[in-house]
Amino acid sequence: MKVFLAALRISLRAIARAKARAALTVLGILIGVAAVVVVVALGNAVRDQVLEQIATLGANTIYVFPEDTRASGARVAARPRLTEADGEALVREATSIAKVTPLSTARGQLVVGERNHPTTIMGIGDDYFDVMAYSVKRGESFSAVDFRLKSKVVILGDSVRKELFGSQDGIGEYVRIGKHPFRVVGVLAPKGQSPFGEDQDDRVLVPIGTFRARIQRSAPGRVQLLVASASDERTVERAVTQIEQILRQRHRIDPDDRPDFGVRTQAEIRKSNEQTFTILTALLSSIAAISLLVGGIGVMNVMLVSVTERTREIGIRLAIGAREGDILLQFLVEAVVLSTIGGLLGLVAAIAGIAVLRQIVDWSFQIPFDAVVLAFGTSAGVGIIFGFLPARRAARLDPIEALRHE
Amino acid sequence: MAEPLIELREVSKDYVSEAAIVRALRRVDLVVERGDFVAIIGQSGSGKSTMMNIIGCLDRPSTGRYVLDGIDVTERSNDARAIVRNRLIGFIFQGFNLLARTTALENVELPLVYRGVGGGERRRRALAALEQVGLADRIHHTPNQLSGGQQQRVAIARALVTNPPLLLADEPTGNLDTRTSLEVLELLQRLNRSGITIALVTHEHDIAACAKRLVRMRDGAIQIDVRQEPTDAAAALAALPSREAEEKRA
Ligand SMILES: Nc1ncnc2c1ncn2[C@@H]1O[C@H](COP(=O)(O)OP(=O)(O)OP(=O)(O)O)[C@@H](O)[C@H]1O
Ligand SMILES: [Mg+2]
Repeated sequence: MKVFLAALRISLRAIARAKARAALTVLGILIGVAAVVVVVALGNAVRDQVLEQIATLGANTIYVFPEDTRASGARVAARPRLTEADGEALVREATSIAKVTPLSTARGQLVVGERNHPTTIMGIGDDYFDVMAYSVKRGESFSAVDFRLKSKVVILGDSVRKELFGSQDGIGEYVRIGKHPFRVVGVLAPKGQSPFGEDQDDRVLVPIGTFRARIQRSAPGRVQLLVASASDERTVERAVTQIEQILRQRHRIDPDDRPDFGVRTQAEIRKSNEQTFTILTALLSSIAAISLLVGGIGVMNVMLVSVTERTREIGIRLAIGAREGDILLQFLVEAVVLSTIGGLLGLVAAIAGIAVLRQIVDWSFQIPFDAVVLAFGTSAGVGIIFGFLPARRAARLDPIEALRHE
Repeated sequence: MAEPLIELREVSKDYVSEAAIVRALRRVDLVVERGDFVAIIGQSGSGKSTMMNIIGCLDRPSTGRYVLDGIDVTERSNDARAIVRNRLIGFIFQGFNLLARTTALENVELPLVYRGVGGGERRRRALAALEQVGLADRIHHTPNQLSGGQQQRVAIARALVTNPPLLLADEPTGNLDTRTSLEVLELLQRLNRSGITIALVTHEHDIAACAKRLVRMRDGAIQIDVRQEPTDAAAALAALPSREAEEKRA
C-alpha cells in the first residue's frame, strides 16, 4: 500500500509536469468512454421505446398469414389461402382465442375536391378495433349493415383527415377512392409513430367486404391476414397450438406436411426486435469501443515518450535502490491515472450529453449502470494494458545505460 | 582483522561489440577494509568507472567474483542487487544526478522511499542529512536553483541518508572549482572519520592526496596501490587565498 501510494505521488507529479500532453491523452480516453456510454444509453433508450410501443400493440396479439408451400417440394400444392371463414372458425372453436379480425391492405389514393393523399387502405372486420387497440374518436364505427351490404363507408386515420380536411373532422363528407365515392363515418383516435417509424394514423379503414368489392378484387371471403387476440397473455401459446390444429384440419394438411399458413405472436416479434436491438447496440458500442482503443494507443504513445524522456531519472532511481517492480509500478500507475481521469471525465461528458439528448428527444434515457462500470473498468484496463509495455521497458532499463542517457 | 568490506577477486570486464572487444578490466584483485578512503586515479579509459560500477552493483563482472560486506553479490538477482545498492551503498556522481524539478529535500528522501520508510521519519532523516552537508537553508530549492557545489552536497546528503557503510564517488569534483572541490573533500573526510568507507575516482592530484590509499589504474589493471599520509582538506582550504582576495584580484 505504501509502495502504491508512493508510486501514485510520483505519477501525479509527473503528470502535473507535462500538463498539455496529459490533457490530450486524457481527451483521447474521455472521448472513447463518453462515446461508449452515450451509445449504450442511446441504444437502450431506443430499445425501451420500441418495446414499450410493441407492448401497446397488445402482448396477446397473434398474426396468421398465408404461406407459399410450393417451394418446398415437387408436389403441386394449393395456392395459399386464408378466408374470413377461417377467422370465424377460430373464434368458434379455439377456446383460448377471444377475437379475430380479417385484415387486407392496399395502397391507394384518396381524393377530396382538389386535394388528394396516398395512403394505406385496410379492409377490416368489426373486431379490428379491439384486436388492434384502435378506437374511433369522432363519428362512429361501421355498423353491422355496413359490413353486410359492403357499404362505401370509410373511417379516416387522423393524419389522413388532417391532409384532406385540415381542421374539419370531415364526418359526413365524401372521399373518392379509385372511382368510388366513400362516405366518411368516423375518425380514429391518433396513435402516433409505430415502433418501426411509420405513422400509424396514416391509414383509412373500410369494411372487409367493401375492400374486396371496391378496392382490390379477390375471391369471396379471401383475406390477406387474420389477426387474433388470445383471451389472456398467458394463453398465447395454447392459442397458437389451437390455431395450427384448426387450420390444418380446415385446409386438410397432413400432420407431416408444411402448413400453408404461418403464425407469429407479438411475443415473438418482440423477441426478434429485442435481439435486433441487442445486436445493433453491440455493434454501435464496438464502434465506440474502437475510439476507446485509439485512446489507449494514445496512452501507450505518451507513456513511451515519457519513459524515453525520463531514462536518466529511471537510472537515478535504479542506482539509489529502486527495484524493477518499483519502476514498473510507477509507470503503470501513471498510465492508469491518466486513463481513469479520462474515464471519469468521459463519464461526466456522457452524463452531460445524455442530459442534452433528453432535452431534444422525449425518450426515457437512463445512465446505463453497466455501461458506467464497463467504461470505467475498461479505461482502467486500457491504462494497465497499454501502460504495461512502456512500464516494462522502463523497468528493464540497464542502470548504467540509463544513467549515461542524455 | 574484521572481514573486508569490498573484495574483488580476479574481476574482468569485457565489452563485446561487432567492431571489437574492449577489455575494460583485466583480472583485477582489490580488497578494501572498512573505514578506508581509497582514491582511484589513472588515464582516461583505464577502467576506473567500470570498476566503480561493478563495486556499486550497477554492473556485473564478465568473470571473477565480487564480495560486498561478506555477501557474494556477483550472481544475485537484479532486485537483490537493488536492495544492496539501497542499503549498503551511497552514490555520488560527477554530474550530480539529482532529479530535476524536485526539491533538495525530496531528492534526499528518495532512497528512503524505496526502502519503505514512512513520510515523517523520511523527512526527519532527510533534514538531518541536509544539515550534515550544511544545506539546511536550501531544502526547498530545486537543482536548477542551486550552485554546482550545493547540488553536489545535496547528492552527498542523498547518499548519506540511508547510513550506508560505503560511499562511491566517480569524479565528484569533476564539475567543480578548486575551492568547492576542497569543500566537498572536507565533507568526505569528515564522513570517513565517522567510519564510512569511501572510494573515489579523480583526475586531480590534490584531490587524490586527500585519500588514505592511492590506487592507480592502467589499461584495465591496477598498476600501483599505495598507502599515503592524507592531506587535510580543511587545512588546504584555509591555505587558499580568501574569497575576498580572489575577487579583488579578478
Ligand atoms: N558500455 C560500453 N561499451 C563498450 N565499451 C565501453 C563501455 N563502457 C566503457 N567502455 C570502454 O571501457 C574502457 C574503460 O572505460 P571506463 O569508463 O571505465 O574508463 P575511465 O577510466 O572511467 O575513463 P574516464 O577517466 O574517461 O572516465 C574504455 O576503453 C571504454 O571505451
Ligand atoms: Mg570514468
